[in-house]
Amino acid sequence: MNGQLKVPTMAEYMAEGKQPEILFWVGSAGSYDDRAKKITKAFVKLLNNANVDFAVLGAEESNTGDVAKRAGNEFLFQMQAFMNIEVLNAYEVKRIVTCDPHSFNCIKNEYPSLGGDYNVIHHTQYIKELIDTGRLSVKGDTYKGKRITFHDPCYLGRANSEFDSPRTVLGKSNATLVEMKKSKNFAMCCGAGGAQMFKDAEPGNKEVNVLRTEQALKTTPDIIATGCPYCNTMMTDGIKAKEKEESVIVLDVAEVIANSL
Amino acid sequence: MQYLPNIIFAVFLIAGVGYFARNINKLIRNIKLGRDVDVSDDKPQRWKNMTRIALGQSKMVVRPIAGFLHIVVYVGFVIINIEVLEIIVDGLFGTHRIGLSILPESVYGFLIGSFEILAVLVLIAVIFFWMRRNVINLKRFKSLKGWPKNDGNIILYFEVVLMCLFLVMNASDSVHVIEATGTTFQALDSGNVISQFIAPLFSGFSDSTISIIERSAWWIHIAGILVFLNYLYYSKHLHILLAFPNVYYGKLTPKGQFNNLESVTNEVKLMMDPNADPFAAPAEGDSEEEPAKFGASDVTDLSTIQLLNAYTCTECGRCTSECPANQTGKKLSPRKIMMDTRDRLVEVGKNIDANNGEFKDDGKQLLNDYITKEELWACTTCNACVEACPVSIDPLSIIMEMRRYLVMEESAAPMELNNMMTNIENNGAPWPYNQQDRLNWVNE
Repeated sequence: MNGQLKVPTMAEYMAEGKQPEILFWVGSAGSYDDRAKKITKAFVKLLNNANVDFAVLGAEESNTGDVAKRAGNEFLFQMQAFMNIEVLNAYEVKRIVTCDPHSFNCIKNEYPSLGGDYNVIHHTQYIKELIDTGRLSVKGDTYKGKRITFHDPCYLGRANSEFDSPRTVLGKSNATLVEMKKSKNFAMCCGAGGAQMFKDAEPGNKEVNVLRTEQALKTTPDIIATGCPYCNTMMTDGIKAKEKEESVIVLDVAEVIANSL
Repeated sequence: MQYLPNIIFAVFLIAGVGYFARNINKLIRNIKLGRDVDVSDDKPQRWKNMTRIALGQSKMVVRPIAGFLHIVVYVGFVIINIEVLEIIVDGLFGTHRIGLSILPESVYGFLIGSFEILAVLVLIAVIFFWMRRNVINLKRFKSLKGWPKNDGNIILYFEVVLMCLFLVMNASDSVHVIEATGTTFQALDSGNVISQFIAPLFSGFSDSTISIIERSAWWIHIAGILVFLNYLYYSKHLHILLAFPNVYYGKLTPKGQFNNLESVTNEVKLMMDPNADPFAAPAEGDSEEEPAKFGASDVTDLSTIQLLNAYTCTECGRCTSECPANQTGKKLSPRKIMMDTRDRLVEVGKNIDANNGEFKDDGKQLLNDYITKEELWACTTCNACVEACPVSIDPLSIIMEMRRYLVMEESAAPMELNNMMTNIENNGAPWPYNQQDRLNWVNE
């Protein structure tokens, strides 16, 4: 499907004197991480399928600074933010969608007071919107009868109170949704947040992602779905640690839908 | 001599309330050691939060057993305290059950009857609370040692004693004739719904003995309330007062939104402005301003709200029991972050008291002497602790301020994080990939 993906850049739109309806913020993980790139492509497949007029920044996109901020480096965060805001404002971007809840939270909540005010939505919200407006139809039965448990990314769920969109979207796949004991407001973190993704954990008696995976496995799922590239990595590693690769897979909500068109 | 009890009572009352007021002043002074923050926005939402979360206990019932028991004690405490009004008037003016001179007998009986029933419910709830702390050994209570553990139990004993005294005081009130009704309280048989069953215990005693029991219970009860009031300042139990302002001043923005440091914004703007003169003399009036310190290494670097948070924490440990780092055996405990912050603030306050209102450097600070780097770096910033707190305390914001200090003032981030940040600086991604390759995924 690679050759078929249509991914125009803002610069190309600008050259044609047009504005896309939405900017797709790919994010660092979505651009460089091998697993996350598959999520990016699945989401683009949905955008193409729904004939969405979107664009990416490409090489003009830079890290949001979110992870630097959470690590305590406010300087680096604000440098990154100002650079990105300059680019976004120059292109007169109004609406942004991203597959990364950390970019979503950062641009939506932390950019406005630095001069970057946009309508920012998470890709699960956008997929729901595309389905609700009839632009995207989910007809496939790939996951019919499968058990899916959704792991709430902290920065989508607790941080921004979005619990329903990913669940509604997953429901369109005709799979059976099963909830973990700790879900929504009380969902447990995968262990990657707050810059933990980029460092070793402090001494303890267990890895956070393994504990969270154990909680997910209690629902005897076929699929652990999530909406964050970092959660995806952590849960995938958790499945490996529990030696369940044969029976359980970790998928992004966008992938579940892209496989169900 | 006739007025001696009234005078003694007045002295007790003034001393009790006065000492408490003095300590509250100290508490407010300590909180004001923090940095000012503007929390004057969206008053309607703040009142709504206070009504729902503090008054309405909405977050307590997330854990149904503890929540239900807590509501019993909370409602009991608030309602039974109406009785204290009568006790104060009786004590000051030498009357007996002045309420009956003001209220119809049926209303008075209804009120006292409700207090008696609530007193019994509080007793039962307190027994359950005690069992949870001492017999069932719930993990979040078991981990408390020393003063915090004793503090929790002392409060429960206080409640038991006060409730028993209240019931005994009513049960033994069968000698002293009430002016308004011409009968004794027990003979009135209105409102003694519980105490009538305790009264027979005293039936073999002489009137004078019963009267002494009644007076003793009455005096010890009000004295106990005044002692309890003054105990609050030294205890985790301050939450019964501070929960209300603390929830009012709680965070209104989405939990994921961390504040942007203004001092940093100014410097970053200067750095990025090609027209800025880096050697420019500070503008008139700026000269007295201290150079901004980034983040927090001690309590005085935290905000007034964060310090209020510390005094409000009642050490229930819901935050810690939800913390992913703590659940997997790391040292981080959001409850400890709050307790350390308060302990250090109290220490700073005592230092100021001992040095005529000036803080004298004691070679200590919140960072390292109380909270270690290992704790700070274990946080995933997941907000589970913030969500769990029944009174809107934000331990995460303190962790973040201290990380900011570590990174921006001490460059003391873990090596892997320094690598990550260097990558972002150099090539706009946390990994060492070229920014020009950001779109390579399309053709892979």
